[in-house]
Amino acid sequence: MTNCPTLIVTVGLPARGKTYISKKLTRYLNWIGVPTREFNVGQYRRECVKIYKSFEFFRPDNEEGLKIRRQCASAALNDVRQYLTEEGGQVAVFDATNTTRERRETIIQFAEQNGFKVFFVESVCEDPDVIQENIVVSLGSPDYTNCNTEEAVEDFMKRIKCYENSYETLDEVLDRDLSFIKIMDVGQRYLVNRVLDHIQSRIVYYLMNIHITPRSIYLCRHGESELNVKGRIGGDSGLTPRGKEFGKKLSNFIQSQGISDLKVWTSQMKRTIQTAEALNVPYEQWKVLNEIDAGVCEEMRYEEIQDNYPLEFALRDQDKYRYRYPKGESYEDLVQRLEPVIMELERQENVLVICHQAVMRCLLAYFLDKTAEELPYLKCPLHTVLKLTPVAYGCKVESISLNVDAVNTHRERPEVGITTYNHTTTQPQLMQQQLH
Amino acid sequence: MELPQLEHMRLRRCDSAASVPQFCNSPTMIVMVGLPARGKTYISKKLTRYLNWIGVPTKMFNVGQYRREAVKIYKNFEFFKPDNEEAMRIRKACASAALKDVAVYFTKEQGQVAVFDATNTTRERRLIIISFAKERGYKVFFVESICDDPEIIAENIKQVKFGSPDYVDRDIEEANEDFIQRIECYKASYMPIDDDKDRKLSYIKIFDVGSRYLVNRVQDHIQSRIVYYLMNIHVTPRSIYLSRHGESELNLLGRIGGDSGLSPRGQKYANALAAFIKGQNISDLKVWTSHMRRTIQTAEALGVQYEQWKALNEIDAGVCEELTYEEIQENFPEEFALRDQDKYRYRYPKGESYEDLVHRLEPVIMELERQENVLVVCHQAIMRCLLAYFLDKPADELPYLRCPLHTVLKLTPVAYGCKVEPFFLNIEAVNTHRERPVNVDINRNPEDALQTVPDHI
Repeated sequence: MTNCPTLIVTVGLPARGKTYISKKLTRYLNWIGVPTREFNVGQYRRECVKIYKSFEFFRPDNEEGLKIRRQCASAALNDVRQYLTEEGGQVAVFDATNTTRERRETIIQFAEQNGFKVFFVESVCEDPDVIQENIVVSLGSPDYTNCNTEEAVEDFMKRIKCYENSYETLDEVLDRDLSFIKIMDVGQRYLVNRVLDHIQSRIVYYLMNIHITPRSIYLCRHGESELNVKGRIGGDSGLTPRGKEFGKKLSNFIQSQGISDLKVWTSQMKRTIQTAEALNVPYEQWKVLNEIDAGVCEEMRYEEIQDNYPLEFALRDQDKYRYRYPKGESYEDLVQRLEPVIMELERQENVLVICHQAVMRCLLAYFLDKTAEELPYLKCPLHTVLKLTPVAYGCKVESISLNVDAVNTHRERPEVGITTYNHTTTQPQLMQQQLH
Repeated sequence: MELPQLEHMRLRRCDSAASVPQFCNSPTMIVMVGLPARGKTYISKKLTRYLNWIGVPTKMFNVGQYRREAVKIYKNFEFFKPDNEEAMRIRKACASAALKDVAVYFTKEQGQVAVFDATNTTRERRLIIISFAKERGYKVFFVESICDDPEIIAENIKQVKFGSPDYVDRDIEEANEDFIQRIECYKASYMPIDDDKDRKLSYIKIFDVGSRYLVNRVQDHIQSRIVYYLMNIHVTPRSIYLSRHGESELNLLGRIGGDSGLSPRGQKYANALAAFIKGQNISDLKVWTSHMRRTIQTAEALGVQYEQWKALNEIDAGVCEELTYEEIQENFPEEFALRDQDKYRYRYPKGESYEDLVHRLEPVIMELERQENVLVVCHQAIMRCLLAYFLDKPADELPYLRCPLHTVLKLTPVAYGCKVEPFFLNIEAVNTHRERPVNVDINRNPEDALQTVPDHI
């Protein structure tokens, strides 16, 4: 997808959401498979100047302060170079105020020398309410651990003032040859200039779809299915009586949450549809929410897979994320087909997604920033709702078990590897399977 | 083909059985804004084609067409002079007639998006449209095209205006002169969308054919998709080459799907394709294949880098994978008939439908729009879907488009559409095209079902 590495450079006064955007964008790009890392210059500064005294550090006439800040920016750029040229990185997000043309020019030259493309992301906002909210998040920073709130807010406001006088916003005319997106008033308006390639186009699309309106996303699996109790994977079976019980309890739970305007999404498989039916509200079916296709292993028990495809079984345990069932899919394939779901989840507000084990693992990994190695082993038990609520730079997770028994379908990564496989290890390995 | 209870469940939802989520909100009016020769009709037609292809019923309403019906013969630019009262009345009436038809399209024809293609250069005109939409609960999204580059404008005029019915009997210089005067008539009263006064409106401003965009207040999913699409299209001249893999082993046996390698003739085709591509002298050609052996083997012969897309894999025939049509008839006669009844929407058990294919091909189309010269080596059903997009073929024609083996289709955008040149590379291959049989009844006899099956070993 990407040829030369790309350097994304944030621009904007403090408390404009640059770090929020940087972290979110980094999380998204990594999830879709583009190795990305963020470099927060403030962090470098904190390492350099162990104790933050006050806003005076940021005064434009503080020569000592300026020198340190310039050094920190250079150190960060150095690490960027290393990440993009030696560590296989494809995108680096350079998170700092970068409010002067001079500073941006330095970065542009750095990028040119190293063959990186540059894309600026500027956040402009004058809404005092939004800025206040953002300041609260910024006050969670190590700079302010020992201050009381009033003091901290006052200092931070003075900090912002230090940047205001020298702030040169990206200009349609002066900066017409640069590639950038200017986000105004938290996404009411965007100015997009010279998008150069696919990855920049995807980044713009993503940035234009995210919002910060408070909301919650509920993830759960279908109720227990007939094939679940038989220990068989995949297929398209209906719910067991316990599964139907879960549907009812889910309905009660959702009502008790008192959510305004909840959207409900299911896959196109019977078990999620039947679960949603119990809610008695309109729901939308997405084919891309269907469970991972296990190809030749569809509807088999793990013991049968072991017997019929022992090599495949072992290969899957070696690299569960990238392993593709013969005539089926891999987790990596799943992530690709789930991308439109994530994009639409970003656009929406309150949503309940009733899906499947592998699908739920992929979605959860996106929200909780889990790596490809961890993703296929995330615990997503039946009859449990995960409530995700964005907070600060991340996501709060509440796990709510609806108290309806169900089989366990979670298979841990086994200890034995392919080279030590033999019949005597079959027993302990299979002991990990759910009892059915 | 579904249990009755599932059918019932499907009706309960507010959408269809499509794999694309249907966002059954209010209908949306896309309203073009801009001086003549700024690409409004080009954008309107392209956007309409794209939205219909992804399954959003969309129709274009070109006010100029209404004007041509009202005023049979176009004399000259004087018609467009701002002080021409008679003409003003006619033009206003035409805009109203078009708006009426928009309402009919939404309320009686299940339309979801209407593209209102006119200059709409005054605030007054735009207010009329906004009121009209507000009264009826339609959403409005403006698309303004702003361009002052004289070269681009001259090129636009050349490409499309000389073909227009307005200038059918004029010579080029006369037509050019008249058109320039026409543009002047609009310029004096042109009020672009104002970023301050119009900050409550939803719109995208496109500057200089896409070098810059201003996007304001995107309201919903469909507007977000429209913005994404508009930001990815370009007008740089280029060609897209579509071809299937060379003839495969399973092709020879008349078996569908699977993942076999090339037959000897298929290999010959791969070599012929390499020679053909070289002969075309294309600068900077990208080559894309699927993840299946037969397309990869074909691309290998080209001796250049190629990119594999899983999304380009052939349609999954589920339980029918690797069967011949005769075997499908024998084992799944009812499914076979249902497929003939609605080949676009029919989904093989444990497989896919053409409708599903379109959904998974959307990112391919988006990237094709971004790219310039591309050769896509793919499969029969895939190629039909891509071709339907470029040639604006509706869902009922799509599954029957002819995409024979060993034939390259060269698509070159021109004016408002796409020129197609087929190149048969002179290597014989089996025919894999099955026409729709006359009898599609589920109780038909095998002869009727197999009437149109092409020959195989």
